[in-house]
Amino acid sequence: MIMGTSSTPLLEMRNIKKDFFGNQVLTDINFTLGEGEVLGLCGENGAGKSTLMKILFGMDVIRETGGFEGEILLEGKPVSFSTPLEALSAGIGMVHQEFSLIPGFTATENILLNREPKKRNIVSEVFGDRLNTLDYNEMTGRAEAAIDKMGFQIDKGMLISEMPVGHKQFTEIARELSKENLKLLILDEPTAVLTEKEAEALLNSIRSMSEKGIAVIFITHRLQEILSVCDRVIVMRDGFVVSDVPAKETDVSQISRKMVGRSIDSTANSEVRDLSSAKTVMSIRNLWVDMPGETVRNVSLDIKEGEILGIGGLAGQGKLGIPNGIMGLYDAGGEVTLDGVSIPLNSPRKCLDASLAFVSEDRRGVGLLLDETLEWNVAFPAMQVQNKFLKNYLGGLIKWRDERAIHEVTDRYISELAIKCTGSKQKARELSGGNQQKVCLAKAFALEPKFLFVSEPTRGIDIGAKKLVLDALKKFNRESGVTVVMISSELEELRQICDRIAIVSGGRIAGILPAAEASEEFGMLMISMVK
Amino acid sequence: MNESLADRNNYTVRDRVKSMIANFGLPRLIIAAFLLLLFIAAPFVGADFWTQISNTINRFSWNAVMVLAMVPMIHSGCGLNFGLPLGIISGLLGATLSIEFGFTGPMSFVMAILIATPFALLLGAGYGWLLNKIKGGEMMIATYVGFSSVSFMCMMWLLLPYHSPTMVWGFAGKGLRTTISLEGFYDKVLAGFLQIRIGNLSIPTGTLLFFALLAFLMWAFLHTKTGTAMTAVGSNPTFARAAGVNVDRMRLLSVVMSTWLAAIGILVYEQGFGFIQLYMAPFYMALPAVSAILIGGASVNKASIANVIIGTFLFQGIVTMTPTVMNNMIHMDMSEVIRVVASQGMILYALTRKTEGTK
Repeated sequence: MIMGTSSTPLLEMRNIKKDFFGNQVLTDINFTLGEGEVLGLCGENGAGKSTLMKILFGMDVIRETGGFEGEILLEGKPVSFSTPLEALSAGIGMVHQEFSLIPGFTATENILLNREPKKRNIVSEVFGDRLNTLDYNEMTGRAEAAIDKMGFQIDKGMLISEMPVGHKQFTEIARELSKENLKLLILDEPTAVLTEKEAEALLNSIRSMSEKGIAVIFITHRLQEILSVCDRVIVMRDGFVVSDVPAKETDVSQISRKMVGRSIDSTANSEVRDLSSAKTVMSIRNLWVDMPGETVRNVSLDIKEGEILGIGGLAGQGKLGIPNGIMGLYDAGGEVTLDGVSIPLNSPRKCLDASLAFVSEDRRGVGLLLDETLEWNVAFPAMQVQNKFLKNYLGGLIKWRDERAIHEVTDRYISELAIKCTGSKQKARELSGGNQQKVCLAKAFALEPKFLFVSEPTRGIDIGAKKLVLDALKKFNRESGVTVVMISSELEELRQICDRIAIVSGGRIAGILPAAEASEEFGMLMISMVK
Repeated sequence: MNESLADRNNYTVRDRVKSMIANFGLPRLIIAAFLLLLFIAAPFVGADFWTQISNTINRFSWNAVMVLAMVPMIHSGCGLNFGLPLGIISGLLGATLSIEFGFTGPMSFVMAILIATPFALLLGAGYGWLLNKIKGGEMMIATYVGFSSVSFMCMMWLLLPYHSPTMVWGFAGKGLRTTISLEGFYDKVLAGFLQIRIGNLSIPTGTLLFFALLAFLMWAFLHTKTGTAMTAVGSNPTFARAAGVNVDRMRLLSVVMSTWLAAIGILVYEQGFGFIQLYMAPFYMALPAVSAILIGGASVNKASIANVIIGTFLFQGIVTMTPTVMNNMIHMDMSEVIRVVASQGMILYALTRKTEGTK
């Protein structure tokens, strides 16, 4: 590995600041990157890694949200990219988490898309360069060179749509490498979709790029990979760089501590209860869930009656799949029993009948009837599942909506949960995110369940609303004795209200710890089985 | 003090007018104003005002049930029922079989409904099953279900072994005629009930009451548990599924309801019109119903009974009045041309409106 030796580094970022509408996401980011240097960038979801890379790459979203403060220097000269195209021509390449490949084209065609070598022909002599023919021989040669540079063999003639997912990732990398002026390559979680062997090959190809003088910024949750390939590791947390050290001087536990550790730990739940002697209310055995991006592989878990169990973990590790699978929203298998009675999977109705309730993480997609009134939103599931808020006529033959009962229950929850609205007849769409979330909770509370799944209850809502939502959940648990399972990607939030926290990693439970345990312990679990 | 109060009053009045316009919809307001203008213009160009009113109300009464048939599928999120001809065919089968079996007078109408019902339920179920397979493309598929079923029946009307002399071709003695008179059967069977006649004004009370009954039943259905579930399915199917509703079953039910209402709708239309029209007649029947409900203010996933009534009245009013007034103005028989221009123009306008409802 060649460390940057010349006096001017390849890339220097100075005092980068960025806020999204007053919400500070990056504060005073400073770092330099030498030629051929490999930089590992890690941090929890929402720590600001992606935003930083978007700034560097000149993505539209940055400009549309008011630009950023600070300076970017490329080879000593200040640059400011207003589009990714400018960044590309300056020699910066980026491989995104989502593939941007054309499925019906071959690897070669994708690698050289829009930069194909061309041959002139009669038609193009007359009508201009746009009608030149592609020089397939030359294209094959260039694609081959790029693939060789990468050091991992893929079939350059194969259609993208027929490739295994790992090869698609390599095609993207080859595309960046085929650009001759490439100086800096950003890899955003490239190994997330790779098998172990492919990941190893990728690391090798990063090493070989580095030897050829290409600097690499490598973003991943797999800390082992960072340590094995990077020269330097930067850890980000809440928009700050909290650590910038040579890889040799650090280890996995130190990095994970830096990633999740807060300076103040007083936020942890002050009343963690030990309910290990309580009876098991739900027992999950060998659960698998086929939820795209949140695959659950093999989860076994016992949940005690009356507790608040947190389920945490990094994004994409399967924590969201657990409630979605049990509630029948995605294909699932395994065994789930509630109070000793087996619950059939893949049937939302059966779960609701068994007195389970679920507040989905997808508020707008699953959680709400956006175009209907709050009354409908709150009362609908209870009406359909438990025949509440209905008046029976003709011996139950006609089940008439009881508007007054619906109005009353909605008003009750509006005042109990302090939902800000113009009245119970307002459309759910018109409420703010936090208030929509409260409506989702009210909907679940109205079912008066024995057991409640709450998925990402505070995603996308402000701090004030967050506290109200968490307090409401805690109150519901304490007063009605309902067992609550809360899934959240924010560890601190779980530690605030849960009794125990299970960490999901690689689609499995990596461990269960009391909420009072130190954050580093959870951090270690989070990355223990990352796949 | 007084001034500020007046100011505030002005403000609220202006505000209220604005919100009324917004609620009612500017296009609908323009159409209503145009219709009003036609009514005002009618006497001046020599068309009798009360006759025109009667015509409009009559045509409203013929068509309203078919427009009502749009409601269930809109509520369940299946979109506009362009497959209305399928229901109409069930109705036509009921009508022709009732006559074939020798029923006459009001009894033939009752029997037509009874015979049409199993056809509507069966065809509706098959159609609903198909629409559940192609979620997202309902309206396109529905259009072709309608078209192909009409074409299929064109063959069947010739081939089915009908024998009633009132219905088959005179020379061959087999195959149904394109137009069958309902005299002696159920011609005006509803319209004649409690009919009001004052000078040139005649109101088909019975037909209006029949429509009112069906509209009431629909309104009531939408207030039941099942109706609520149907609306929720249309509003957000994922939400409904997560709340334990069987989405496919709700959609199927809505399609069956819509098909059955279309069958009843065509029978009501026939009793008012006085003829059964076969072969290509049902081909374009879906379009006026679709435009009517859209003009009435419905969107692709929201529709109310008020939308049905207002829409049918505006659409039928324009289609009836425009040719009459124009003919009288320019003294030339252009009625057919104008009718086509007016009604197709309305459909075009109505379909451009449809995006407003989509999410």
